[in-house]
Amino acid sequence: MLNRLDDMLNFHTQALRVRDQRQQVLASNIANADTPNFKARDLDFNTALQGALKGAGTAAGMAVATTAPGHMKGAPGVGADAGLLYRTPSQGSVDGNTVDMDAERAAFTDNAVHYEFNLTRLSQQIKGMLAVIQG
Amino acid sequence: MSLLNIFNVAGSAMNAQSQRLNTVASNLANADSATSANGEPYKAKQVVFAATPVGVNGATGVSVAAVVEDASPMKMVYDPKNPLADDKGYVTMPNVNVVEEMVNMISASRSYQSNAEMMNTTKTLLLKTLTLGQ
Repeated sequence: MLNRLDDMLNFHTQALRVRDQRQQVLASNIANADTPNFKARDLDFNTALQGALKGAGTAAGMAVATTAPGHMKGAPGVGADAGLLYRTPSQGSVDGNTVDMDAERAAFTDNAVHYEFNLTRLSQQIKGMLAVIQG
Repeated sequence: MSLLNIFNVAGSAMNAQSQRLNTVASNLANADSATSANGEPYKAKQVVFAATPVGVNGATGVSVAAVVEDASPMKMVYDPKNPLADDKGYVTMPNVNVVEEMVNMISASRSYQSNAEMMNTTKTLLLKTLTLGQ
């Protein structure tokens, strides 16, 4: 029963983690808009989410070390550098920086709205489950 | 929780941008300082930004790697009555380009604003996350 509950909440939890990770990557891009030779990065949300759902994100060195057979594996998550790609610059600049401020800010806002969406859906699921449990 | 890390990233960027703004202020204020404590005319200063890892999760912040002196040639102004004039009557004035500095100032303040906005968005998201399931 508990496992099913976990399965139900799992999708949006993992989506939130990927959104969380992506928000940080985009924040790094915006922060480095004036840094020479900085290359803007992003992650492909679809691939990252599939990876997180399958637990493949742990392959990137984020797995919890287990020293005894009884130890738990830890929650699969998004790896630090898992699936981080470099953006193709739309307009090159002389200092080698590839941050396009408009694109980054649009992506940042878009990601924030999607994060809120996932949060709302998760909240609704929890409320729904509580209603069922409490009758 | 990567969202918490964004505060560090945005904070480091705001710090770097304010240092840049500080240099601009110093350059503009000294645009006409023909001499200084060491007897030389003031030289324009520029900051050099560098991307620095912040926290553990691959977040990249900004730091000021160095403050360098502008290599552009000094301005020579013909003013034979000035006590600092050389034997041909020219005074060496700072190499501050006021137009460039103004552009630099606007750019720095816009970047600062973007980072402040980023922090605000992140704060909203975090506060909403705290109310999850209520």
